[in-house]
Amino acid sequence: MKEWVNSGKPWIWGTAGGLALALVMVFGVLWLTAARGLIYFWPSQVVETTFIEKDGSKVRLIGEIKEREEVAVRRLVESGFKIPGDEKFTTRYLLKLGNRDVSGFDFKWYPEPLLTDMTYPKDILTVERHEWGNFYGHLKSVKENGVVVAEGEAAIAELDKRVERARKLFYEIFRTEKHDIGNINYELEQLRLKQRKLELDGKFDEAAKQDLQKQREVSDARFADIQARLEKLRTDIARDSLSAEVMDGRIVDVPLAKVSEVYRSNAMGLFDKIGFYFSKLYAFGTEDPREANTEGGIFPAIFGTVMMVILMSIMVMPLGVMAAIYMREYAGHGPLIRIIRIAVNNLAGVPSIVYGVFGLGFFIYFLGGNIDQLFFAESLPAPTFGSPGILWASLTLALLTLPVVIVATEEGLSRVPRSLREGSLALGATKAETLWLTVLPMTAPAMMTGLILAVARAAGETAPLMLVGVVKLAPSLPLDGYFPYLHLERQFMHLGFHIYDVGFQSPNVEAARPLVYATAFLLVLVIVVLNLAAVGLRNRLREKYRLLEGM
Amino acid sequence: MMSTPNMNAPSPKTHAIDVSAALERKAGQESDQSASSTCLATKNLNLYYGATQALMNVSVQIPRQRVTAFIGPSGCGKSTLLRCFNRMNDLVDNCRIEGKVLLDNDDIYDRSVKVALLRRRVGMVFQKPNPFPKSIYDNVAYGLRIMNVNDKRTLDDTVERALRGAALWDEVKDRLNANGLSLSGGQQQRLVIARAIALEPEVLLLDEPCSALDPIATAKVEELLYELKDRFTIVIVTHNMQQAARVSDYTAFMHMGEMIEFADTNTFFTQPKNERTSDYITGRFG
Repeated sequence: MKEWVNSGKPWIWGTAGGLALALVMVFGVLWLTAARGLIYFWPSQVVETTFIEKDGSKVRLIGEIKEREEVAVRRLVESGFKIPGDEKFTTRYLLKLGNRDVSGFDFKWYPEPLLTDMTYPKDILTVERHEWGNFYGHLKSVKENGVVVAEGEAAIAELDKRVERARKLFYEIFRTEKHDIGNINYELEQLRLKQRKLELDGKFDEAAKQDLQKQREVSDARFADIQARLEKLRTDIARDSLSAEVMDGRIVDVPLAKVSEVYRSNAMGLFDKIGFYFSKLYAFGTEDPREANTEGGIFPAIFGTVMMVILMSIMVMPLGVMAAIYMREYAGHGPLIRIIRIAVNNLAGVPSIVYGVFGLGFFIYFLGGNIDQLFFAESLPAPTFGSPGILWASLTLALLTLPVVIVATEEGLSRVPRSLREGSLALGATKAETLWLTVLPMTAPAMMTGLILAVARAAGETAPLMLVGVVKLAPSLPLDGYFPYLHLERQFMHLGFHIYDVGFQSPNVEAARPLVYATAFLLVLVIVVLNLAAVGLRNRLREKYRLLEGM
Repeated sequence: MMSTPNMNAPSPKTHAIDVSAALERKAGQESDQSASSTCLATKNLNLYYGATQALMNVSVQIPRQRVTAFIGPSGCGKSTLLRCFNRMNDLVDNCRIEGKVLLDNDDIYDRSVKVALLRRRVGMVFQKPNPFPKSIYDNVAYGLRIMNVNDKRTLDDTVERALRGAALWDEVKDRLNANGLSLSGGQQQRLVIARAIALEPEVLLLDEPCSALDPIATAKVEELLYELKDRFTIVIVTHNMQQAARVSDYTAFMHMGEMIEFADTNTFFTQPKNERTSDYITGRFG
């Protein structure tokens, strides 16, 4: 035994075990988020079954089985269910019943022994709606202006055609509202700001007033035009509806204006399902969220996360690199610089929420407030930079990641051999020239390492962002077609916060849970992509100086 | 900066006889040993690293367009002295200097002297080859680019001339864009010499240039020095007495920061005046 200990084998096993555990945990996280999140987009079968209520009456249920779990029969009996047989444990299913507007609840648990006649009828229709979530039912007919145009087998083909039309119209309305009306709102806002500025400058005379009034009338006229067009589109889209029999036997009409997609998942073949899956996945990545973030996509959150990280990189790199150069190359080795270095290293350990508080107090209230006073006086009291926004969020994270960049860059600078600096100086280069031409290019890989660490930390940071610019739902992206295109003062959405919001602030927890996993998986994916980009860049730089390693 | 002890340098004890052989060979090559004007000189130079005195009252006159070798045991101050000539000691934090260092009779430690300009006139090659991690071409053009020479023709010409001057052209002319670090040690050292002579300096300082090289590469560098002395004043620090005897016209022996003896190489090795010199060259200490 002692021999075995002395041979060092336990040590090898111990360390290998540590590594294995770490790997298992990493893969566990990835696997869990991927499996739970990605399965969400697969069209699940819709089951039709009969449930025996506590009082013995029978109800028909239509819905998707979302989860199953083992449960003690005693517990079910205690809560009033009459379970036949003498098994100790049984299964219960979580059914997504949909039709929130009709039945009032979306998800419900049912014990398996009380569910009879489970069937998967091919004609059950799943309707994804812009509001109220999914709708399930047997399609009865398709109506135009309340008049039946197709029934029975013919209905489905007719429905597909009309849903396609409604979808086009919906998109048209969406675009008109967002762009055309958005444009006019923007113009009107500009006019208002112009007037306010003139008033503040004391130049708002009769001529200016009339001029502005004229422009306003032009805008108003265009607005009326668009309103009329919208009105027509809205009547158009309201033309068709479908009517279907829901689980309690009622016939319900669903206006196609509210429908985003219809399909019959029980009738789908494997390839249909695969195609459907990828179109859903694509929509998740590219669409705006709906229904308090529990439906639709998360594109604004992806965009906000990536953009914030990029802005943060742009701000932190020059600052950190310059600070590191000064500390390593110019500041000497006095006790003061040693204290500063220790302080910088410790900054990396300050809890991120503290940075958030600092960002709110200093950047937003103080800096932003003053900027508003100086440059955006006409829009006060509505703040421009004096409220949370992507600029302040990026700046706060830049501050948070600054120590990482400084430490990495200093490390790189100290690794440049003295002989190379002397070689450059001996050729008549000044210290600055030596830095620019020899030292800094050789430090580039180390700077990139700093950037990688900074990006990894910043992309996943959530807590400070809640104070300095992240919101549940941002009406517009920080980058758009209106001058000045990049709106640094705007609030934005972020994947990390999105997970928190969907998971814990959502009115419909069951519906949101798969989205939490899917969003988490996507966040990991975004961070991996950002990191890979930085690593690739670093490796290219490192390749250039690879031969130096031998020196 | 003290010269670092070098384990590879052949011990003088075993090579005392080879020195005289080298001298004989050299006597055949050189007939003209006429005295020339002084290029570099020090007057009562004292140098301190903090409280330690590294150079003691050194006065020496280095003749123009000749090879002068500094020899002496490790830590004797020969590298320190060499680094005074292009003010490399300025980089050492607590280094202090008294006395004068004259280049063409101008004090290089004068306030009005621009160090960068001085170093262009006094080039330096270090113990370990230190090419920049850039292409061969960029290495040689480095000094010129700092002087804002950006004309492609001028650069091309100068690079070729410098590489020819350093006897490296034929080996690298087809791969001027290859990384300087991909060359062998001896080639790297000649590349570094090419880099220095591209600036057409007056003086070339070499700080144990061959101690990291194998014998064949060493021979090539020594041959090169022989060719270069027509154009430059060369000062070489070496551990290797044979090398001093082979390449230099004048030799100086330093010990404990003092300049013990300075003479033309023949006289130095055959009739040393100072006892310590003769002890050192015959291998009794060092």
